[in-house]
Amino acid sequence: MKKKRFSRWIEFLIEALIRTLGFSTIGFVLLIFLFLLREGVPLFFEVPLGNLFSTRWYPTFDLFGTLPLILGSLLVTVTAIAIALPLGVATAVFVREAAPSWAREVLKPMIEVLAGIPSVVLGFFGMTLVAPFVRETLGVPTGLTAFTGALLLAYMALPTIISVAEDALDAVPKSYRDAGLAMGATQWQTIWRVVVPAARSGIVTAVMLGLGRAIGETMAVMMVTGNAARMPVTLDSIFRPARTMTATVAAEMGEVAQGSVHYHALFGIGIILFLLTFAINLAAAATIFKKRRRGGLR
Amino acid sequence: MDRYLVQRIGFILLGLVALVVVVPILIVVGAIVVRGAEAISWEFLTAMPRDGMKAGGIFPAIVGTLVLTLGSALVAIPVGVGGAIYLSEYARDNWLTRAIRLAIINLAGIPSVVYGLFGLGLFVLFLQFGTSILAGSLTLAIMTLPIIISAAEEALRAVPVEFRTVIASLGGTRWQGIRHVVLPQALPGIITGVILGLLRAAGETAPILFTVAAFFLPRLPQTPLDQTMALPYHLYVISTQVPGMPLEIQYGTALVLLALVLSLNIVATVIRSYFRRRRQW
Amino acid sequence: MADPKISIRDVNYAYDGKSALRDVTFDVPANSVTVVFGPAGGGKSTLLRLINRLNDLVDGTHMSGQVLLDGQDIYAPGTDVTDLRRRVGMVFALPLPLPGTVRENVIYGPTLAGVRDRARLEETLTRSLTRAALWDEVKDRLDDPAGSLSGGQQQRLCIARSLALEPEVLLLDEPTSGLDPISTSKVEASLYELKRDCTIIIVPHSVQQAARVADCAAFFLMAALIEFRPGTEIFTTPQNEQTDDYVTGRFG
Repeated sequence: MKKKRFSRWIEFLIEALIRTLGFSTIGFVLLIFLFLLREGVPLFFEVPLGNLFSTRWYPTFDLFGTLPLILGSLLVTVTAIAIALPLGVATAVFVREAAPSWAREVLKPMIEVLAGIPSVVLGFFGMTLVAPFVRETLGVPTGLTAFTGALLLAYMALPTIISVAEDALDAVPKSYRDAGLAMGATQWQTIWRVVVPAARSGIVTAVMLGLGRAIGETMAVMMVTGNAARMPVTLDSIFRPARTMTATVAAEMGEVAQGSVHYHALFGIGIILFLLTFAINLAAAATIFKKRRRGGLR
Repeated sequence: MDRYLVQRIGFILLGLVALVVVVPILIVVGAIVVRGAEAISWEFLTAMPRDGMKAGGIFPAIVGTLVLTLGSALVAIPVGVGGAIYLSEYARDNWLTRAIRLAIINLAGIPSVVYGLFGLGLFVLFLQFGTSILAGSLTLAIMTLPIIISAAEEALRAVPVEFRTVIASLGGTRWQGIRHVVLPQALPGIITGVILGLLRAAGETAPILFTVAAFFLPRLPQTPLDQTMALPYHLYVISTQVPGMPLEIQYGTALVLLALVLSLNIVATVIRSYFRRRRQW
Repeated sequence: MADPKISIRDVNYAYDGKSALRDVTFDVPANSVTVVFGPAGGGKSTLLRLINRLNDLVDGTHMSGQVLLDGQDIYAPGTDVTDLRRRVGMVFALPLPLPGTVRENVIYGPTLAGVRDRARLEETLTRSLTRAALWDEVKDRLDDPAGSLSGGQQQRLCIARSLALEPEVLLLDEPTSGLDPISTSKVEASLYELKRDCTIIIVPHSVQQAARVADCAAFFLMAALIEFRPGTEIFTTPQNEQTDDYVTGRFG
């Protein structure tokens, strides 16, 4: 009998431990947010809002205008998605609908390889090979531009977009395809008029997740976008250097004194990044949950 | 235009797009392999750096990366697998569970540089670990957590529910069922997920930028409170901050990091496919 | 009837808002084969799972009434459920061998209960496999993976597995539904021996099987107990019209 009570106790302890570990994820998210706030909120007491929303980021002169950074991130990210979306969806369609099996066997591992390449390695490659290439083909003064960053980012977001888009295409029932073909449409027409529209919401989710990935990317963009915090307002800004929020934090954190205004400002940018990715992931998760509950395709 | 002609052209275009995706990958890997191979030698891999990093080896960076990865594994594996067991075996379908899943999705999406800030704020400064292996490993561990939890939960859920029912009907408790049947059967999938998470940790730079990484540290770390060199950080610095750094050393470092990450990837894939064939259900 | 082994009293059971059992009351005599039969959806499997509280694993259920084992309500608060499940064994409709060898499967129950004595486990192994009419076929294959046995052998392995715990009650939920006729008759034959030490409740997969093995029988239709009779009277002279219709094959 004692043995039974002992083992009952052990079982209880183990279950309690597992429950705690399960809740720990919520704890970590809160902890992260808490510490970002702790070091970032003082910023709002030290720097007037007008400064924070101005267009110049020169911390050495007490100018903390975050607009060029936010817009820089936006520019690079949106361009990246603009490149990655068609590439990713087309590749997903190719893999699922049109590729011969030998091509599929080659593509899938390749995409996994791409997903595994560390950001700093891609940034290194971008810096040493892509940037000079961009400089020469486009005839710009430097190859370290927003466009170069966007190019790298696009490839980094591709595995995410491709895999989620593939899942979305997979989820389209075979009967849809059969119906299209039965009406006399070619396979091509069926794909673009029936299957892809049916997978629309899944593709949107793929884009959102890719967007979230792209905004959060640090090292690769830092090494190739040139790190000039200018306002990207002219049309040729895409081919000029720019700076993302992530690159700013990574580049400047090493040089600040703890507790200084600059230090708080960088944490403030961290808060913006946290909230941005939180919102994007929340939206993506909401569409996934909604779709699951409805049980349908759209 | 004839519909079938459109289709042929369309499929060819799709194939070209796939090519546009694949070829750069090959170029990246190829360039690094080709140009980095010149630098790889026994000395490069096992000796300490000399001459301000411009000569000698990158041994401390390799060791540092291994130590950091192992350190993060020590925390991320128990917490991650435990959390996955909770979600798969114990959690009910209520708002609390949904909150946990939301938290995991968010942890997965947080930019790596924000993890760096967090690590700096909590481990380095508040807990006063200083820039140390301890701080870096803990930061990497939290970053790896969502990857491991997701993969482990999927592996656990894949085990047929009937096993649990049978164990219950034999007078087994829930934990006994997990320990004797579910966990062992899910182990290959869990290991695959762990390896994928660890290779992510090995390759990340931003989280270790402010929490542990040192550039020129010509001796190996002795205690968890020491700083250490690490491959990703090393590559970043020698390619952006050191004038006159020989190009083949940069490529060599990139190659070592890439090789490390890709071989872990291959190991994970092999484990996954090997055990999938030997499944008992 | 002498003291019944199991008494079901006014049991109502619902899950997901739907009623699965309504006002069920009857007694199961000890050391006999009680057959619970009827068309699909009648609540038979649900009833079985109430007796070993396997339905506890499902969320969203509502149960009222009593289930008495040797006079004690197994739903009383504080009941040791794992102990209950060792006293009340269950065999499922599909053979479900656990990962491992034949030997490991059979002694799973005692191993989980903490039995470590090798000699005792070996003895249990032999006795259970004999009682399940499987010993001769697997005695040279004890260390083979359980999955390498045929379907009929796997199911008898599952029976042996349940028997290893020396249960007082054995619940069989359509145990022969996937089996060939030879395996089926082997299983049915073993019931004659088993009921000497055990009270058996079986959901048969056909009325004919029910008639072959029953010492008493309960007919369930749409969550209600329609008729319960000792012996095989229910098949030859059913008192209720619906029972008669089902037994004679007018519906089902």
